[in-house]
Amino acid sequence: MNEKPTKEQILGIIAKYGKAKEQLLAILLDIQEASGSNCVTEEWAQLVAKELDLPLSKVFDVLTFYAMFSTKPRGRYVIEICNSAPCYYSNSEKVAEIFQEMLGIKMGETTPDGLFTLLYTSCIGACDQGPVAKIGDKVYGFLNKDKITGIINEYREVVSCQK
Amino acid sequence: MSKIVKLISANCGKIRPDSVEDYLNSGGYAALKKAFTMEPLQIIEEVKKAKLLGRGGAAYPAGSKWEQLYEIEEFPKYIVCNADEGEPGTFKDKLLMEQDPLRVIEGMTIAGYVFNSHDGYIYIRGEYRGLQKIFQAAIDNAKKEGFLGENILNTGFSYNIHIMTGAGAYVCGENSALLNSIEGKAGRPRIKPPHLAEVGLFLMPTLVNNVESFANIPTIVNEGGEKYLSYGTADSGGTKLICLSGHIKNRGVFEVPFGVTLRDIIDDPELGGGMAGGRKLKFFHLGGQSGPCGSPEQLDTVYCCRAMRNAGLSVGSGAVVVLDESVCVIDYLKKVTEFFIHESCGKCVPCREGNKQLYLILDKLSKGEATENDLALMKRLSRVMAKSSFCGLGQAASTALDSCLKHFSSEFEAHLNKQCPAGVCFTKKESGE
Repeated sequence: MNEKPTKEQILGIIAKYGKAKEQLLAILLDIQEASGSNCVTEEWAQLVAKELDLPLSKVFDVLTFYAMFSTKPRGRYVIEICNSAPCYYSNSEKVAEIFQEMLGIKMGETTPDGLFTLLYTSCIGACDQGPVAKIGDKVYGFLNKDKITGIINEYREVVSCQK
Repeated sequence: MSKIVKLISANCGKIRPDSVEDYLNSGGYAALKKAFTMEPLQIIEEVKKAKLLGRGGAAYPAGSKWEQLYEIEEFPKYIVCNADEGEPGTFKDKLLMEQDPLRVIEGMTIAGYVFNSHDGYIYIRGEYRGLQKIFQAAIDNAKKEGFLGENILNTGFSYNIHIMTGAGAYVCGENSALLNSIEGKAGRPRIKPPHLAEVGLFLMPTLVNNVESFANIPTIVNEGGEKYLSYGTADSGGTKLICLSGHIKNRGVFEVPFGVTLRDIIDDPELGGGMAGGRKLKFFHLGGQSGPCGSPEQLDTVYCCRAMRNAGLSVGSGAVVVLDESVCVIDYLKKVTEFFIHESCGKCVPCREGNKQLYLILDKLSKGEATENDLALMKRLSRVMAKSSFCGLGQAASTALDSCLKHFSSEFEAHLNKQCPAGVCFTKKESGE
């Protein structure tokens, strides 16, 4: 389940961005996406720092400043429920409740099988479809119980097909 | 008469977003060709005549910004497009980038020509990673067709556009924080002066404009500044993309000329279409979380930068979040303040600590534990934050609170007496007692 990116994979990502320091955010996002556990570990951060000729503290400054990064392993799919005002008043709390109930975890937690992590996020710019949640690059709008069931099943199926 | 005027959103949903052919067939790139026959100063003159006010939220006159950068004789100069659309309730730049990216690219290219810049950067928020691919495809295709890259249209002018990604930080919408982020650093704001026109990206002179501002440039070049101005009001030229959300029938992005009223925006059947759910309008929140809230008595205010400012309101990013009478003002402000606690970068004390303290007082109000002293402290805190925060984020974080204190002072008073007019606070606890 937790297939880690190899050193070669990470070097490949860094090379894709021409080893440019200003591409640090893009490089780290790509590594996080390839990690299978939605995080950038210290080991990988060290490799990035070395390759870009940056102090490790600089890489960690970025990793801990931006909300999309995590230095601790998370679920393969991070479900981010928008909780800014427009979504909040379109019942985002109810959506969070349904997700928590169906996955059997609380906000901020990861399911025991390592598949899902539940988080709140600030506005993701889909207020015309609220309440919304984002998984990776995908945005799911007009959420209700049926839709949420469908989404969870969809991701579970993807994984069972890969096994 | 229709209240919708489509100057910059006409292509949206109608053409393949990354197709240069489709874009050309709908009149695209006529402006760039025309721009190449004009002197850079002539183009700046048209932008000034157009009275294009920055569409990211600050409404700074784009013409003046362009003029200031033009006068600086240091090179290279950089063109930066701020696509870090993070104001809650705002999703209009997404529409442009997703459905008509070539218009934004054309606007940035004209700016490149004006300032003899060879590199433009568009900083797109990390939450929009999906659309970064569409935008990249549009850049690649424009390059293939000779509208970007080396020797554009055989004029000898070379210009490239690079996409840079954010990774989830509202503060990067602040232009100097955004430049730090493009440089691969944490997005904390810089001290000003020096202004970004003098010391910007990689410490070089830099122009930073919003996506929608750039999207307007081709129209201004094509039609001329005077004509463009005439679509709007005497002080705010052209149109504005507005984003409707909340308790309103028609949520979405609409393009309206400056000069319509807030009532038009909320009630017109082609626009908001009135309230959803049959409840009455209580207030509306304009321009994102950093903007002011307005009351129903202000609905006849004309939607243009000056009239809005005079009424204590603001166009801001174009967000219009509509709230009905089921919403408690205190509860709402807690939500707003929670957002700023999360998004404060932590660099300065008034913003980092001020928002936390505001939240504590609002929380006390919502529990019926606040006193007159708390209310006075909250007002003072808000003033201190507005005056002494390092950047716009902290300075504007209590704007919504201030406007609500003005319009809904009785609701604050009621909470001092453990009453919640909307029936949101206290109810849970009391039912359990």
